[in-house]
Amino acid sequence: MMAFPILTSLVALPIAGALVLLFVPADEHNDGTVRAIALIVSLLVFAETLLLWYHFNAASPDFQFIERHNWIPAFGISYFVGVDGISLLLVVLTGFLTPIALLGSWESVHRKTKAFAMFILLLEAAMIGVFISLDLFLFYVFWDAMLIPMYFLIGIWGYDRRIYAAVKFLLYTMAGSVLMLLAILGLAYLHSTATGSYSFDLLQLYDLSIAPKTQVWFFLAFALAFAIKVPLFPFHTWLPDAHVEAPTAGSVILAGVLLKMGTYGLVRFAFPLFPAAAQLFAPILATLAVVGIIYGALVAMVQPDMKKLVAYSSVSHLGFVVLGISAMNMQGVQGAVYQMLNHGVSTGGLFLIVGMLSDRRHTRLISEYGGLKKVTPHLVAAFLIITLSSIGLPGLNGFVGEFLILLGAFRWNPKMAAFAATGVILSATYMLWMFQRVNYGPVTNEKNAKLVDLRPREWFVIVPIIAMAILMGVLPNLFLKPIEPSVRRMLNQVQQGAASPRIEARR
Amino acid sequence: MASLNAIVPMLCVAAAGIAAMIAEAFTSPGERMPIAPLGVIGLVGAGLAVAALWGHNASSFGLVAADNFGLFVTGILVVVGLLSIAISGPTIEREGLPRGEYYALMLFAIAGMILMATATDLLVIFLALEVLSIGVYVLTGIRRDSPVSTEAAFKYFLLGAFASAFFLYGIAFTYGLTGSTRLDRIGSVIAAQALTPAPMHWLALGLLLAGFAFKVSAVPFHMWTPDAYEGAPSAVTGFMSTGVKAAAFAAFVRVFLSAFEPLRASWSAALWPIAAATMIVGTVVGVAQTNVKRMLAYSSIAHGGYLLLALISGNDVGKGAVLFYLLTYALTNLGAFGVIVLLEDHDRPNDRVADYAGLWNDHPALAALMTIFLLSLGGFPPMAGFIAKWYVFSAAVKAGYVWLAIIGVLTSVVSVFFYLRIVVMMYMTPGGESISRFPSVPKIAGAALVLSALAIFYLGILPTRFIDLAAASISSIF
Repeated sequence: MMAFPILTSLVALPIAGALVLLFVPADEHNDGTVRAIALIVSLLVFAETLLLWYHFNAASPDFQFIERHNWIPAFGISYFVGVDGISLLLVVLTGFLTPIALLGSWESVHRKTKAFAMFILLLEAAMIGVFISLDLFLFYVFWDAMLIPMYFLIGIWGYDRRIYAAVKFLLYTMAGSVLMLLAILGLAYLHSTATGSYSFDLLQLYDLSIAPKTQVWFFLAFALAFAIKVPLFPFHTWLPDAHVEAPTAGSVILAGVLLKMGTYGLVRFAFPLFPAAAQLFAPILATLAVVGIIYGALVAMVQPDMKKLVAYSSVSHLGFVVLGISAMNMQGVQGAVYQMLNHGVSTGGLFLIVGMLSDRRHTRLISEYGGLKKVTPHLVAAFLIITLSSIGLPGLNGFVGEFLILLGAFRWNPKMAAFAATGVILSATYMLWMFQRVNYGPVTNEKNAKLVDLRPREWFVIVPIIAMAILMGVLPNLFLKPIEPSVRRMLNQVQQGAASPRIEARR
Repeated sequence: MASLNAIVPMLCVAAAGIAAMIAEAFTSPGERMPIAPLGVIGLVGAGLAVAALWGHNASSFGLVAADNFGLFVTGILVVVGLLSIAISGPTIEREGLPRGEYYALMLFAIAGMILMATATDLLVIFLALEVLSIGVYVLTGIRRDSPVSTEAAFKYFLLGAFASAFFLYGIAFTYGLTGSTRLDRIGSVIAAQALTPAPMHWLALGLLLAGFAFKVSAVPFHMWTPDAYEGAPSAVTGFMSTGVKAAAFAAFVRVFLSAFEPLRASWSAALWPIAAATMIVGTVVGVAQTNVKRMLAYSSIAHGGYLLLALISGNDVGKGAVLFYLLTYALTNLGAFGVIVLLEDHDRPNDRVADYAGLWNDHPALAALMTIFLLSLGGFPPMAGFIAKWYVFSAAVKAGYVWLAIIGVLTSVVSVFFYLRIVVMMYMTPGGESISRFPSVPKIAGAALVLSALAIFYLGILPTRFIDLAAASISSIF
């Protein structure tokens, strides 16, 4: 174990970067400097996340790199951070996607570059904070604080209906999370009636015994917050708006990292804290997930707008993740965590490609394109690989996650798995159909004839994504290994908790 | 004389007020006297007195007690006074207000507020209430040539006079019941009577409640608030929205949680719907406002609702939460009104929401400050407003008022909607007219706003010290 507070530095570094940027004069001439500073900071963070992974003991199910300091001792609130295999990889994903998002919007953001870079860095700090928090109060602080930079990113640098989308995003997410805040308070209060002192410490709260009836209320409050974030059908309506109106970098981070917070929350908090209620509600969650898989796919199919199509595909893909979690077995949950990473990579990649096309043509309508294969062969090749990875072609990342989830779901409830499997077919349909309409056939639109192929900067953006997609498809064990012990520990928690209702807290 | 110790903070401020009047009287027309620094000296003196008296539980005449609770609120009032003076300069300058009267009235009002926060006798509380009210009534209408201002002052005065009468009547009934106006004696007598409460108890409680509810603008006694807030000069609005609230809540907590504590089950049942309605009306009607000052008036009503929630909870967490919330609210709301003051111009108030369009381009620093204040009012971490709300809701959950807490968190989401409307205007809407439509920022006022913003971050990120102070303050009296 290292003495250096590496997790804290992961949060502090982007904030420090943002503070440095604050003192760079806001001037058009400084845009280059601003971008360079932001990019360097985010690359440093990424390097640090890799270092974290390098030092991580993959065989241990425990939380590692733990730091704990008293924060508000009167209420048992501490600054308590640590990572296990599940959060480790999500932190790495955040570190991986942030520089790509910055680089991907290098040229499309010319207004207020400084503020843009600052908000991206603050967002990164908050996102990492969400994944490493082991104190529920701290978790909630990061969870809520993250909304502000994202709100500004959508509202300032977005497209036409950006204000509507930004406000909707913020209010929707907040409405879900405030009830979770009350549930967190309720938990701390229960802890104080049981033991005599308040605690927001996740590990202590895991051991708290809660009456099944109370568990139901708490679980509902947590699950609502997470279901909105995921988003689970029917709470998904904010997502297409936010995605479509957000700038490319915003969409990449929103799809790549933010949505994972919902599923991460289910795995980390809702299920292990309230196992009896989780057992009770798992079929309902799974049903909603399957409805979302099929509904998202069908709606995606008829979208005329590429970005909206990718947005609805997220609803469908995240349905798989929730299904895997609800299955509550090794394959299901492991696949779900793996699929979170996959979705970050492939959907992030799709948004980047769509962003590149719309930077060139200033439209995202599929009907405006056609025959791009002849004009921009490299771009189309990248598009193809990412499309296939999103569909789940064996050899690329998407396959591993979906396969594990379906396997886990089948062992739990074959009917659910059968319905969900249709989603795989549907996703091939809408993705390939879009790909075909955009890239094959004759060049029907004059404006497409002179499009530029990948620029050097765009190579740097897209190659890491493709490399990651292949790596995750070919060497899944590299990623599954650190996940496994943590998932096993979490499953044990849930199963033991649900099987033997622990001694009830005095209430 | 040792027995005067407890009123030293108030005396400092009152002396500064008298000095301000004298200074004004001996100033020949056209000559500029530094009157504001007199007020600052008085307030700093009061602040030092608070520090010196801390923990000593001084008491004067058995009527005023400088216990930690009162001193904590006095400290908040000193901060309110300093910030109000800092943001008053531009308003006085622009509106051509009488400098001496303005500061003297403000200082006397603060003296009244301090007295109200430390008084332990119902009659002294009434006296303090009148002192602060009269100061604030006049300040509301100090723009004599403005019909809006005059109307606001008149409404405020008329309704305020009614409320004072209710309050006095309540004191009379209480005296009739208990034979005393001193809170400790009332408390012990009522504790004996609490098993068989008579109709007189309801009457006394109800009348006192109405008086307090008016001062803290709780629904349905809130009608005056939007008009008075809109009509008063912005600096005065900032002052009264924070100072009056702090003083009134201090007395409210003291009277209801010490003297009338034995009857808590009954009055909390009556306050429950009032708190719920205050939170709901404040936020829902706030959504419909197009004037920033009116919007903040409704926001202030809603924040009163959260404070009532802490009061109803009645446990130690709740009492501490009231103090922490008042401190946070004072810094935040005065900050927001400070920005409003700085954006006002000679010929136009610039106080419609639409006037804020494009502020980010014209005044990036002011826009950022306003955003910090608004997000803190909305309860976002890492700003102080989040910790304050969290504190209140923990008190409510602990006391078992889960439904009120649910109403509280949901209304705070609604309130975010209208706070964000201003943010949307500032950052996401292109500006209207020329760049020069906003005046430049005076140094003192700007510095005060930056300091409040820093304090808001400090209280939001490292609240421990003040949470502990608040907890230590309430243990001294209840």
